Amino acid sequence: MMKGIKKIKKSTRSNIITYGIVVLFFIIVQFLVMTGRMSSSLRGQLVPIAAYIVMAVSLNLTVGILGELSLGHAGFMSVGAFSGVIVASTLQDQITNAPLRLAVSMLIGGILAAIVGVIVGVPALRLRGDYLAIVTLAFGEIIKNIVNVIYVGFDSNGLQMGLNSAKSIQLEDGGKMVLNGPMGAVGINRISTVTAGFVLIIITLIIVLNLMHSRSGRAIMAVRDNRIAAESVGISVTKYKLMAFVISAALAGFAGALYALNFSTVVAKKFDFNTSILVLVFVVLGGIGNIRGSIIAAAVLTVLPELLRQFNDYRMLIYAIILILIMIATNNEKIKNFINKIGFMLDLKTKNNVNKGGTAK
Amino acid sequence: MDFILHLINGISLGSIYAIIALGYTMVYGIAKMLNFAHGDVIMVGGYISFVVTANLGLPPAVAIVAAVAVCTALGVIIEKLAYKPLRAAPSLAVLITAIGVSYFLQNAALLIWSSNPKSYSSMFSFEPLRLFNNRLSITSVTIVTVVTGIVVMAALTLIISKTKMGKAMRAVSEDKDAAQLMGIGVNKTISITFAIGSGLAAIAGVLLASAYPIIMPTMGSMPGIKAFTAAVFGGIGSVPGAMLGGILLGVIEIIGRAYISSELSDAIVFSVLIIVLLVKPTGLLGKKINEKV
Repeated sequence: MMKGIKKIKKSTRSNIITYGIVVLFFIIVQFLVMTGRMSSSLRGQLVPIAAYIVMAVSLNLTVGILGELSLGHAGFMSVGAFSGVIVASTLQDQITNAPLRLAVSMLIGGILAAIVGVIVGVPALRLRGDYLAIVTLAFGEIIKNIVNVIYVGFDSNGLQMGLNSAKSIQLEDGGKMVLNGPMGAVGINRISTVTAGFVLIIITLIIVLNLMHSRSGRAIMAVRDNRIAAESVGISVTKYKLMAFVISAALAGFAGALYALNFSTVVAKKFDFNTSILVLVFVVLGGIGNIRGSIIAAAVLTVLPELLRQFNDYRMLIYAIILILIMIATNNEKIKNFINKIGFMLDLKTKNNVNKGGTAK
Repeated sequence: MDFILHLINGISLGSIYAIIALGYTMVYGIAKMLNFAHGDVIMVGGYISFVVTANLGLPPAVAIVAAVAVCTALGVIIEKLAYKPLRAAPSLAVLITAIGVSYFLQNAALLIWSSNPKSYSSMFSFEPLRLFNNRLSITSVTIVTVVTGIVVMAALTLIISKTKMGKAMRAVSEDKDAAQLMGIGVNKTISITFAIGSGLAAIAGVLLASAYPIIMPTMGSMPGIKAFTAAVFGGIGSVPGAMLGGILLGVIEIIGRAYISSELSDAIVFSVLIIVLLVKPTGLLGKKINEKV
């Protein structure tokens, strides 16, 4: 009994620390921006960082909590991004309040991403391991390809959609193209703000952390740890897998809308395999199944190339080397033991990872 | 007649995919890892052959040998430095390391050769083959690609089924520990697998650059993904599967591009992959894995 109470307290404490870090970070960032101590290039990174944090946390739900490798997470971001942009430009006159318009766009982007998540998840989750990974990769590429041939414009008659070329839709005078096939979405009204990003991160954390400590969350983790055992005690494997996957897709959709509405143009190519991989790197480096780790890794690794700017052309090379060295240092038995002997700090860190880290295949 | 031409082009592209996919599938079979840096080894092969012919002015044959030699060495070095320390690590950690290696190769190429695309002159510049009173003309690159594909596949099948090395490879992919107990040098076998895979990637790089004559630091990533898809399509870990998957993928891509939509050709390829995996969850020729409770 005592042990149980202690455990609940520990998880709540851990959650509070996670929320605390995000709030503290937000306050520091706001302070730096207000006093003008932040470089403009870094300031421009703030909304993308928020979007990537949400992406990393949501992918961690699939990879860490559900234990399935997804290589197409950027596809859901893409769905959210472009549907968000379309909604935002359509409602420009109806909803004049920018934050409200952003919220509505993000909500619809997330819902559409969730629907696509169901469409992808139902077939994909029947497969296992690397086969599931390749199917998510394939869906990500298909989504990118399809967005590339969609043309959307709107005029006084409402939204018009066409395929393959801009000529497929006839707009009246005063009409506006929203989505231009391979040219992407152009002339976006930039309504995303750092505050909106902060709110989205908090909402994401509330959803994911509560899910993890709920009955459904435990069922999802049971499926991850031993599918057959979970099934034999009456847990519906398909239901819980799909639940985690769809929530993850919806969160990615929110992040996509936030991301896209921060730029004046966005192309489908932005959300390709490389972006999926980038987010996966955040998740793995932050610790699989460790939500706080995902947040920190996403923020640090998005800023890192910026900080390495002084090395100019060499920065991405250095980034690659750092990535390889971290993976070897944290996973090689010999080096791990060596570090454990020397560094007390690192010892603590690896222990934490063992406790919280899932066993993704 | 058009259809036959598309089919031949498809087989040609498919042969390139198959050669790349063989590298993926052999490494996967033996080291159980997805080597995402494989696509970038193709790029290195393309650039080395380019440098040898365009900058040093040597004949194409030398260029091909140099590309294969450099890539083989590169593959072995990558394995030794980046993957060997992670033999016992979880597969996701190895996957991220492979991605790190991929970033490294791309950015190293970017520094050495800059991001500007370079135009590549084909290594095989003899007369195209004309059939049926010039109604069907097959380019030299296509012929060389298909022939190379057949030779590589035949040679690899022979190596794997007949030689002692091939036997060792099969044993290691079946059960690493048991193979070691039988006196097989596991590390050596893995190195040789990487060497063969990377050598094949160099050949694929030369063929790819000759067929689509532009090279740039990111040229390997899309063919790499496609070849990975091909390997999974045929059943990852299976050598005949990679060949079949590669060729089918190439044919589907070219036919899809010609008759359905050029913008959606990738989407068609990936849709076919998904449908196949839904019917056969471990690919066309993949082994069915039985789960133990």
